[in-house]
Amino acid sequence: MAIRHIFSTFALCLKNPVIRMNKIISKEYFSANVVKFEVEAPLIAKARKAGHFVMVKVGAKGERIPLTIADADLQKGTITLVVQKMGVSSSKLCALEVGDFITDMVGPLGRATHIENFGTVICACGGVGTAPMMPIVAALKKVGNRVIIVLAARTKDLIILEEQMRALSDEVIVMTDDGSYGTQGLVTKGVESVINREKVDLCVTIGPAIMMKFVSLLTKKYEVPTLASLNTIMVDGTGMCGACRVSVGGKTKFVCVDGPEFDAHLVDFDEMLMRLGGYKDIEQEEMEQYSKQ
Amino acid sequence: MSIIEERNEQWRTDLRKSMKAKERTEIPRVHMPELDAEYRSHSRLEEVNLGLTPEMAMIEAKRCIDCADPTCMQGCPVRIYIPKFIKNIERGEFLEAAKTLKETSALPAVCGRVCPQEKQCEEQCIYLKMKKESVAIGHLERFAADYERESGNISVPEVAPANNIKIAGVGSGPAGLAFAGDMAKLGYEVVVFEALHEIGGVLKYGIPEFRLPNEIVDVEIQNLQAMGVHFVTNCVVGKTISIQDLEDEGFKGIFVASGAGLPRFMNIKGENLVGVMSSNEYLTRVNLMDAANPESDTPVFKGKKVAVIGGGNTAMDSVRTARRLGAERAMLVYRRSESEMPARLEEVKHAKEEGIEFWTLHNPIEYRGNKQGRVTHMLLQAMTLGEPDESGRRVPVEVSGKTELIEVDEVVVSVGVSPNPLIPQSVEGLEVTKWGTVVVNNETMQSAIPIIFAGGDIVRGGATVILAMGDGRRAAKAMDEWLKK
Ligand SMILES: Cc1cc2nc3c(=O)[nH]c(=O)nc-3n(C[C@H](O)[C@H](O)[C@H](O)COP(=O)(O)OP(=O)(O)OC[C@H]3O[C@@H](n4cnc5c(N)ncnc54)[C@H](O)[C@@H]3O)c2cc1C
Ligand SMILES: Cc1cc2nc3c(=O)[nH]c(=O)nc-3n(C[C@H](O)[C@H](O)[C@H](O)COP(=O)(O)OP(=O)(O)OC[C@H]3O[C@@H](n4cnc5c(N)ncnc54)[C@H](O)[C@@H]3O)c2cc1C
Ligand code: SF4
Ligand code: SF4
Ligand code: FES
Repeated sequence: MAIRHIFSTFALCLKNPVIRMNKIISKEYFSANVVKFEVEAPLIAKARKAGHFVMVKVGAKGERIPLTIADADLQKGTITLVVQKMGVSSSKLCALEVGDFITDMVGPLGRATHIENFGTVICACGGVGTAPMMPIVAALKKVGNRVIIVLAARTKDLIILEEQMRALSDEVIVMTDDGSYGTQGLVTKGVESVINREKVDLCVTIGPAIMMKFVSLLTKKYEVPTLASLNTIMVDGTGMCGACRVSVGGKTKFVCVDGPEFDAHLVDFDEMLMRLGGYKDIEQEEMEQYSKQ
Repeated sequence: MSIIEERNEQWRTDLRKSMKAKERTEIPRVHMPELDAEYRSHSRLEEVNLGLTPEMAMIEAKRCIDCADPTCMQGCPVRIYIPKFIKNIERGEFLEAAKTLKETSALPAVCGRVCPQEKQCEEQCIYLKMKKESVAIGHLERFAADYERESGNISVPEVAPANNIKIAGVGSGPAGLAFAGDMAKLGYEVVVFEALHEIGGVLKYGIPEFRLPNEIVDVEIQNLQAMGVHFVTNCVVGKTISIQDLEDEGFKGIFVASGAGLPRFMNIKGENLVGVMSSNEYLTRVNLMDAANPESDTPVFKGKKVAVIGGGNTAMDSVRTARRLGAERAMLVYRRSESEMPARLEEVKHAKEEGIEFWTLHNPIEYRGNKQGRVTHMLLQAMTLGEPDESGRRVPVEVSGKTELIEVDEVVVSVGVSPNPLIPQSVEGLEVTKWGTVVVNNETMQSAIPIIFAGGDIVRGGATVILAMGDGRRAAKAMDEWLKK
């Protein structure tokens, strides 16, 4: 019994169990530890909006990890993921090659970014926060915002997607901790320089929690409304477990269904940092095991 | 044939006459063989209950006096024809017994294991009026269903000729599975969409292996597949595809069985400390993600001093899991007394045998942690029972000034779940109560939007497997009638 003329990929899968979904059709290294994948997922490509993410699982005993949908191609029915190797799960994913299949992938999840013409927007991204920022920048530009990007990393080699960001935005300011490229200093220095020189209507920040915390403290001082996209630990990604919970304005919120973006000035970043470290010991052990193999 | 006519069939009459009722009632209730308590409290995957032997089942079946007015059936939400299946066991026709079960229940091997029998069928058994233990209906149900499965003679139900009408199910828990089975039997083309990567809902991600082996659920799923039901995993209706997409693709009816997936917390101080989590998180890690298996990439804390808050089945499953993962102290904290606990009686008994500490009449009011933010203590408030509320349950009230500080390294909060908000949020015009449950016609399970039917926990809040399954079956019947109109 076949399901006819529907969801092309579904139809194929149902008819022919050998055909699977989530095929990797391209792979590119942005740096030794950052990989860009294009993955076949027509339904997700069709439904996703800027700010959405997917849950990905590699292998039968794999872990479910959240990854932002960096881009989508409706024609090809693909989505783009940019992955930074952190521990076991992201490393297993990065080890996949073109033609391989991602065992499980579900999405698009989370709330889409609220996009409107705010005026001038700073997008402050650090490290792997750059990839998830891309679709937000594109969407903000599309409705007429002036978008200034602050790209930050420890050192020159870790700056990714600079070219793509330049093409999308009005200006890109590169910051490196060691001064090996762009201006020397932390992301906050770059953000502050823009705030000091012109009126800024919104700041969006994505990156390590500690970075978002300091960006948030800074913009609070200058009273610039700020959105942070939070990358908490997740299990299901659909609001079922509460692993992703954070305190926002004193209320407990689930990042996967209420977020991932929140008013940064209301987020309890210290609690979030504490919760992110929750599984550190177990994860380090697992990584050691994996590295041995 | 009516129930009375069936009861008057020759074999039933003969069987009844073969033994005096008085003799039947003198037989003591069978004891379910089970794994040794000390052994099983370290064994994560082995089922506690071992099942009845055919001899034990046939003796237990003799106890049932085949009442002319079988009150037990009133207690069963799907009205399983209880004396008929039991009498089939008595005469050794085990496959017939299984067939009788399947006339009304889609998942007898599951319900035989997890139904709260003492509050349903067995509560209405005539034996209780005689001040004796009721017939072990649940054990017998499990026996017949297991016998059929193990015999390799599972009958794939006959499927009517394909009518080429496409029907969608949302969610693959007991409600969705029962619905899919009935619709497939009627000749519909059924596709069930499931958000997770596994099929089975709570039966897989919630209820642990030691109570309900996955294998049993898998057999039911394979059966459905053999009947032509399609499953699409990793697909969140309302996110990946919308209800509108389904209509556009020609689905003529949609059954929403998305369950009660949203965990509740108590909003007390310290609840977001590391090591404090919902039972959904804990059980999902252990059951769905197999986190306790070294092969699995998903981590789970294996606490040594674990407190589980709550008194339902979910709390009981969590605390017994914690024990199995090596907790030296596995504590159950419940604000009322043991007799108010909603958990199945058998689970309470098993938990005690496994060395679970029961902190009844206690309620956590605060968690404390160390510098790293890991939970180290819970502060418990002593409670007592006050006057009954509208529901008739006595309300727990604080004993002022009486608190206790207890060391813990893991806390599992299991104080209930709310309906999964995804579908209600994403479908305009769907009528929803203030608790977030979907409003349906009680008879037909049809919602305010005619193409959408709903059942199970998304309609009832938290309920039971058998009620969810019954909803699925009723919805199938009503949807079929509606579509034929
Ligand atoms: C909504 C959302 C979107 C995300 N999008 C992307 C994305 O587009 N690309 C991408 O590369 N990553 C993204 N992440 C982060 C990604 O999910 C984690 O890096 C991944 O789960 C790590 O898994 P692992 O098993 O490889 O590492 P783990 O073994 O889990 O972690 C290794 C180490 O990293 C730390 N760590 C784990 N998760 C995080 C985190 N989120 N932030 C900071 N430190 C962490 C751990 O404490 C541990 O020390 C996103 C996270 C969220 C919540
Ligand atoms: C730990 C635990 C122990 C329990 N023990 C017992 C017991 O002993 N006896 C008993 O009778 N009852 C027990 N229950 C209750 C019982 O399991 C539930 O009442 C029953 O499973 C409800 O069935 P359901 O089909 O409505 O939903 P569920 O079983 O919750 O299934 C819903 C499914 O829908 C999926 N879903 C949700 N939203 C979407 C969407 N938008 N798109 C696609 N899929 C979606 C979910 O992922 C899930 O798989 C227990 C529950 C728990 C959590
Ligand atoms: S389905 Fe449940 S309530 Fe009904 S007879 Fe079986 S065990 Fe009893
Ligand atoms: S009430 Fe008890 S004795 Fe009577 S038919 Fe039901 S199970 Fe048998
Ligand atoms: S990841 Fe489970 S609720 Fe958010």
